Amino acid sequence: MSERFKSLKLVPLAEGPLSTKDFKTDQEVRWCPGCGDYAILAAVQAFMPELGIRRENTVFVSGIGCSSRFPYYMNTYGMHSIHGRAPAIATGLATSRQDLSVWVVTGDGDALSIGGNHLIHALRRNVNLKILLFNNRIYGLTKGQYSPTSELGKITKSTPMGSLDAPFNPLSLAIGAEATFVARTIDSDRQHLTSVLRAAAEHEGTALVEIYQNCNIFNDGAFEVLKEPGSRDEALIRLEHGQPVRFGADRGQGVFRDRATGELHVAPVTPDNEASVLVHDAHATGPSTAFALSRIADADTLHHTPIGVLRSVRRPVYDVLMAEQLATATAEQGPGDLATLLAGTDTWTMADRPTTERSDS
Amino acid sequence: MTSQVDQSEAVDGSDGRDEQSGPVPPGGVQPRRAKPVRRLDRVIIRFAGDSGDGMQLTGDRFTSETASFGNDLSTLPNFPAEIRAPAGTLPGVSSFQLHFADHDILTPGDAPNVLVAMNPAALKANLGDLPRGAEVIVNTDEFTKRALAKVGWVVDPLGDGSLEAYHLHRVPLTTLTLEALKDSGLARKDAERAKNMFALGLLSWMYHRPTAGTEAFLRSKFAKRPLVAEANVVAFRAGWNFGETTEDFAVSYEIAPAALPVGRYRNISGNLALSYGLVAAGVRSGLPLFLGSYPITPASDILHELSRHKGFGVRTFQAEDEIAGVGAALGASFGGALGVTTTSGPGVALKSEAIGLAVSLELPLVVVDIQRGGPSTGLPTKTEQADLLQAMFGRNGEAPVPVVAPATPAECFDAALEAVRIAVRYRTPVFLLSDGYLANGSEPWRIPEVEELPVIDPQFAVGPNHVLEDGSEVFWPYKRDPLTLARPWAVPGTAGLEHRIGGIEKQDGTGSISYDPANHDLMVRTRQAKVDGIEVAPLVVDDPDGDARVLVLGWGSTYGPIAAAVRRVRADGGRVAQAHLRNLNPFPANLGAVLKGYDRVIVPEMNLGQLALLLRAKYLVDAQSYNQVRGLPFKAAQLADMLFAAIGTLDGDESDD
Repeated sequence: MSERFKSLKLVPLAEGPLSTKDFKTDQEVRWCPGCGDYAILAAVQAFMPELGIRRENTVFVSGIGCSSRFPYYMNTYGMHSIHGRAPAIATGLATSRQDLSVWVVTGDGDALSIGGNHLIHALRRNVNLKILLFNNRIYGLTKGQYSPTSELGKITKSTPMGSLDAPFNPLSLAIGAEATFVARTIDSDRQHLTSVLRAAAEHEGTALVEIYQNCNIFNDGAFEVLKEPGSRDEALIRLEHGQPVRFGADRGQGVFRDRATGELHVAPVTPDNEASVLVHDAHATGPSTAFALSRIADADTLHHTPIGVLRSVRRPVYDVLMAEQLATATAEQGPGDLATLLAGTDTWTMADRPTTERSDS
Repeated sequence: MTSQVDQSEAVDGSDGRDEQSGPVPPGGVQPRRAKPVRRLDRVIIRFAGDSGDGMQLTGDRFTSETASFGNDLSTLPNFPAEIRAPAGTLPGVSSFQLHFADHDILTPGDAPNVLVAMNPAALKANLGDLPRGAEVIVNTDEFTKRALAKVGWVVDPLGDGSLEAYHLHRVPLTTLTLEALKDSGLARKDAERAKNMFALGLLSWMYHRPTAGTEAFLRSKFAKRPLVAEANVVAFRAGWNFGETTEDFAVSYEIAPAALPVGRYRNISGNLALSYGLVAAGVRSGLPLFLGSYPITPASDILHELSRHKGFGVRTFQAEDEIAGVGAALGASFGGALGVTTTSGPGVALKSEAIGLAVSLELPLVVVDIQRGGPSTGLPTKTEQADLLQAMFGRNGEAPVPVVAPATPAECFDAALEAVRIAVRYRTPVFLLSDGYLANGSEPWRIPEVEELPVIDPQFAVGPNHVLEDGSEVFWPYKRDPLTLARPWAVPGTAGLEHRIGGIEKQDGTGSISYDPANHDLMVRTRQAKVDGIEVAPLVVDDPDGDARVLVLGWGSTYGPIAAAVRRVRADGGRVAQAHLRNLNPFPANLGAVLKGYDRVIVPEMNLGQLALLLRAKYLVDAQSYNQVRGLPFKAAQLADMLFAAIGTLDGDESDD
């Protein structure tokens, strides 16, 4: 069952099949009714049995924020830590325990504001972690301040005249931070969400999954254009590796590269230009096209938002490299011997004899 | 005094020391007619030069040879924070002081008997510390008008008689080195850099230091640049020969090896001892050591050292910042590793929230704080012990953390084991407070046998620990050991013990989120009671006649100067008791009784009275502070004067009765 998940090759397999129920805890879920987090939780709980690994070898680590309550609802090992630090804590855990499947659950404030530094460094190191970034473009737990992904001019409790901050594009940031796996999905699209979770789980190294998640209390409908049957087909670009990037009614829109500038743009597909529609290559060595795709959406209207795996490339994994260094050191110098270490090379021996006391210092 | 040191493992493996007097020449040097030899019981040498002059290396080499010779020793490196401060300026002066003796000593010494000054700045910066009659060796080549002007000397002090109080040796170190290396094939600039080895050779002759170790060291250090290696060896030998032949150095000195307690010894610095203590704790607990750390002076050496011991399964993680360093260590602890983070005061400030999380999670974690001068960036390369209250209280909420503090460089080894013992047994973060003086200072260390070291049993949880009313067995992550109040440590991978923990207040027992007022009150008090109940060794009081009325109480690196001062006071007939705290949270159970047994309690600290504040608060005693925050350790003489005055005042009180 789990031969597919190369990233979990050191994690012991479950003795028998697990079910969604096995991953539910007895804790009352305390998110607001209607919160997008419920759908994500259900999708993750339903997906976990597919990994085929022992439940007790699964760990969810979170920071602070609404999304970070997630571990309490997963019947695995879990830690609800402090604001922004989950990637750092998970790095220590994953690096020292290769027999675990380690997941980080975080939000746009947690990962991109107070914890921005840990996120980018986890991504560049490529530790074997799966990071689920719930992006609702608002601070929910502190009751509605703008977040680092809120649009410029957003009116919130802390910005009554509109936010002055230009927002982060989390996927552009991740690609710029040398991430080896970058994907986006939407809370309400269970099937797509599950497919992206699967791709992330398969990835060896750090996977960043941005999940557009609706906060129905403080930022309701933020992603409605991507969900409404009337608008979503024109707004969403569903990326599939190896396929032409087309979308819209009858897949009449396509993404093209401007030969002069190298930039990507959206245009109607015609018989004349059909052959030059961009073919999505998630495994491209260079990050440029993935970066361009990450920026093709209109930041305000979200039109032309790509979802799916933007980038998935292989690079040495931090914890694997560290384990190899330990093995190499042990092979070359032998396993550490404490007595030898303590003695060092320069020693002298004091024979038995009375000592003299002096009065000076 | 004759030597009874058995140098079974002399550095060169061949020439033990002769019974003959006089310096033993380096290889390839013919001994000449011996000059008179004078015996001393102890000497304090200070090497001083520009921060680029290699003074720390010179001091280290002299120390290494002195250790292998079998003297007791204590060192005090003192250098600027800048890697290469402007040449020839007072802020750029780097120095290394070494005190060595034929008996056990406690400090690097108050005032040098010998100063080696590589330039005018080094002379000017250190002149104030020299007692009358000290020997001063100056590199006359550097006493140019321009160099003198840089430090504000209009008239050359070598020529105006202002140094008459000292025994001045004018040595053109640069010229002599260049002359010795004229056939070395090195450019003048490179050849000149060997002048520190010329000085080391001269001092090695003066004090009969073994030389083979330094030559082997130089050849290995410059193995990839054989010309440079050879030049340094030649300069070193030339310095030795210079001492042997020149009229200016009429006598050489012999300091017999010291008689220390029986055992096998090596020289060790505090940071090295601390690193070894952590490795040893990993071995003795069976826990893989995980260090999460961000480079910071003066703690980085521990990161460097531990990164060399991967064969012990030690994982070192150089994090993106201080917070990630402690975070990763805590994550590793959650996974069943021995999580350690190392830093200095500014780093502790950044780690505070994560340490609070560790208090709440009740997981083992060792936080090593190599204290330096503060506040803020403060004095990065200088020592201070002003983080005690930060370690005690520097977190939000009631967040008690045990505190352990070594007293000497070698004791850093034991302190690391003690910190790990407490962390693992009581499932708690522990502060290990060293400081810059302990970190970089060195002394002989009796190498312990591995079997002597304590065994630390992690006692991981392996199964359910609670039976519900319906008879089902469950695991409660916050059900405590009634003796220690520690909670079970259940690591991921253990079937049936899956649990979630976090920084939100937990229900007693189950560990579920709880906002219940009574439960929070219980949990706050229980966490405090757990730390208060940690078993620590009783405080030992050194009061030989049992009739002292003054107690001097210290903690951390002030041990050496305090103990040296107490010796002086007693030698002059004063009665004083001494005690030194190694556990600062909780305090030893007998501390209150000890304090009440003396009419006066004096607490010298390199801060403005942080321990004294704690003692006053907890025991309602009139503990009196004696403070200094100069970035340098106390001097024994200064403390002895203070103690004499205190005893005298007390005698005065008595006569008034």
